[in-house]
Amino acid sequence: MTPTLGGTEGQKATLPHQAERTPQQRLAELRGGPDVPQRPLDARALAALAANPGCRRRALLDGAGVDKGAVAQALGSPAPFGQSQFAFVRGNAFEARVKADGGAALLALLCAHTGEDCPDTSEVALPDLTADGPAGRAARTRLALDEAYGGWALLDHPILTLEVAGTTAYLEPDALALHPDGGVTVIEIKSFPILDGSADPAKVGAAARQAAVYALALAGPGATAAWAVREQALLVCPKDFSNHPAASLLPLRKQVATTKRQLARLTRVDEIAAELPPGASFSPGQDPGTLTAAVESVPAAYAPECLATCELAFHCRDRARDGGAVEALGRSVRGELGGLATVDQVLAAASPEGPGTDEPAAAALRRAAALRTEALGASRARAEALRASGTCDAEPGGAACR
Amino acid sequence: MSLISALARMEAAASGRAEPVATVRHRHLAERPLVLVPLTTAGETGAPLGAMVGTDRGAPQVFTVAQPRDRDLRFAFLGRLAEALLPHLESCQDEVETIERKETDPESGKRVTVEAELCADAPQLLVPTAPGVDFVRLLGRSMRFRRTAEEDPGTPYPAPPRVPLLGRWLTHYAERSRVPGSSLLLPLTGLLTRHWATGQSHLEDQHLGTLLAWIAPPDGESGAEAARRAELERDGTGQLVRPPAGPATDPAFDNRLLAPAVARYDAGVPGAAEELRELIASQLRPTWEAMWQGVDLLRALPEGAHVPDRWRRDRQSYTHHRDRLRAGEPPQPRRDDAVTAARKLAMREQRQAELEAQEALDDPLVMAVRRLAGEAFTAAVTDVEMAYSEGKRPTPRPLVTLRTEDTPLLAEGDKVHRQLPEGAQQRAELVAEPEPGVLVLRLLSGMGRGKEPAQGTVPEPGDLLCWTLFEHSPRGGPGLPEPEETPWTHGGPPGEQTAEDPDPLTPEDVL
Ligand code: SF4
Repeated sequence: MTPTLGGTEGQKATLPHQAERTPQQRLAELRGGPDVPQRPLDARALAALAANPGCRRRALLDGAGVDKGAVAQALGSPAPFGQSQFAFVRGNAFEARVKADGGAALLALLCAHTGEDCPDTSEVALPDLTADGPAGRAARTRLALDEAYGGWALLDHPILTLEVAGTTAYLEPDALALHPDGGVTVIEIKSFPILDGSADPAKVGAAARQAAVYALALAGPGATAAWAVREQALLVCPKDFSNHPAASLLPLRKQVATTKRQLARLTRVDEIAAELPPGASFSPGQDPGTLTAAVESVPAAYAPECLATCELAFHCRDRARDGGAVEALGRSVRGELGGLATVDQVLAAASPEGPGTDEPAAAALRRAAALRTEALGASRARAEALRASGTCDAEPGGAACR
Repeated sequence: MSLISALARMEAAASGRAEPVATVRHRHLAERPLVLVPLTTAGETGAPLGAMVGTDRGAPQVFTVAQPRDRDLRFAFLGRLAEALLPHLESCQDEVETIERKETDPESGKRVTVEAELCADAPQLLVPTAPGVDFVRLLGRSMRFRRTAEEDPGTPYPAPPRVPLLGRWLTHYAERSRVPGSSLLLPLTGLLTRHWATGQSHLEDQHLGTLLAWIAPPDGESGAEAARRAELERDGTGQLVRPPAGPATDPAFDNRLLAPAVARYDAGVPGAAEELRELIASQLRPTWEAMWQGVDLLRALPEGAHVPDRWRRDRQSYTHHRDRLRAGEPPQPRRDDAVTAARKLAMREQRQAELEAQEALDDPLVMAVRRLAGEAFTAAVTDVEMAYSEGKRPTPRPLVTLRTEDTPLLAEGDKVHRQLPEGAQQRAELVAEPEPGVLVLRLLSGMGRGKEPAQGTVPEPGDLLCWTLFEHSPRGGPGLPEPEETPWTHGGPPGEQTAEDPDPLTPEDVL
């Protein structure tokens, strides 16, 4: 998809005064001013970002803390997902249950899986992590881990920081456990079940990707302390049809390496921001046309997977479809098409009267089209011949006329 | 994705209407399928919220649960579901044909022929989507270990009488649905995507409403526009005009309509139960209609030639399950032992290969995909030269020269296969490729036992033949040991099947 600048075309030069602002100020400006709160980047968003590192649009909006849901709403293409309050209530109730009694049940599950002796809750530190703002809570978290070193501690909703694409993300795991040997286990509490010992692999995979983000944050710079993150996270889920917890260990090493590599590939947010037209912002309150132009001025990389992970998906999908991008039909469609990027190009290359092209995929496409036509039978071939000789409407096989 | 299917998608995207990717129907479609549209409660594993059920499009039965967290209401729902589904699931048990089967005699160890029953038909269950199939599996799992008061007078929360039995049937159907080409339980989205390519992605095809919109858009509207409306159109109150096909409901429905209605029910507001019932039915009805629209579309396609063969296996599977129930065997275990799991896997791989071969033979459009991949070719016969094998009893081994525009991936000595006009198979090997596009084959089989080839088994110049590089009835890999010979490394010989304990119940459990 080619991004268009709309009305702001040609105003792309960086004005001198822009350089004087700090990156943080520039990002606040992108959100629509210093009063617009920064939307924290959570592990789910980071995992999604890591899965589509080619999308500069998402990297910038997430990095700047823009509320993409509000932007999507303002663009007239509200996000494709929401959460049912039934799921929300149930998820919270389950988490509260797991963490009740000073985390006794949680630690018992953890130790049952690691083979450690389960401590009495009186021996487990439960540090208070309340502080003003995420930065304060992140500092409290690190301090708490340092202070409790050498013994057991359970941290309820700690805050970790991770530098991503030049901005700081504040991440909130469900819990962390500090072991007496200085190891730290990431704990993820989910509301999908472990049924007869196994859980939905797609959901387990998503949980592992999130846990990997937390593990990365724990291992990042600043992790100078003696404690070290363990290579296996603890996934806690309801057992079968009950709301009793069951757990399993999630190996993280490979996922951490993958996520680290993907996040490193993200372009720095300030570099993307520098390419924006001056004064462009993503404030949802502005004129929709201006907002659209701002959004479209940042290149995107739409694929149908966005529908499950990004609030802007319907907007980006419309653009991709309008442009006839083959990716809109799925990443797997792209495979054998070589340099042909749009549906029209593909259909033109596939048509027998198509323009001679040195695109290597074209020969295979023509053969595929010929075989398909042959198989679909003479009746259809006749109908197409009729169409080709008569009017040219938007029917399959009519691409050559366009 | 094959290039031919990718092309079909693009043609659909350009034209705004779905394109065929099959010219025949590759799955069995019962005359009276049992349609089940289930809904579940978000966040509660396997907790039903409602269901629309029936074999008659004009007369669905609707069951709903007013408060999904109330065990009594859920049990009542499952009890009614059992009363609605079981008569249909059990309806084909008694009409049987007698077949002959090879078996190992337990005493002599010899292979002997025995007579067995095969149910003449089997009930077919259709659900909207793949998650619907998973939900059937989950329902089966949640019910089959339950105890009724009759089975266990001491059980603290007895299940209604036929609920465990329904659990076993649903488990069987869900398990069978993992076998490639099986048709006892099918999701409509899977059926439709097997036969049509839309102008949207495979992911978006999991939405039944958009899928149907692409295949059969309303008059005056393109499939693309209709799909967009089916996916996004909301009424003035923010509710989807076409609710999702489930089993999950739309969060906006949960939050704005369902939750307040459940709260009214909990508060004992008069009429709240009826209101909830109507609310849930409103989410089920559009999908119910869509199910039958899809059935109509599929019925318009002629059935593939091998479909009855595969359906026979489904009937066999149905008969086996009937026999196990009649023999008083315990419910299916929670987890398969190692041997059973390995057997199932091997069987599914074999069925997959068989399905791919049969679909290609039944459908020129599927064969086109294989031809493009170099796994099959059509060719015109240009010359036939009679030849015979050497040895005491010479048999016919004619040499056939062919001209083809396809590009099969063949080397000298490779075997190829074709179907003879009467359905038998013929094997040949590549002898030479004197020039590109010209192949000389030696026919190896399918010509009868005589000295001269049987009538019609050797092609003549001018004939157009379709050869495949794959076998038409592929056999499985190396056989697995019989169950009693299983090595200890794989769990050892399975013991007597014993009944597993029911799931422990606590007062606060959800199911
Ligand atoms: S929906 Fe758009 S912004 Fe979001 S990841 Fe996809 S392409 Fe990027």
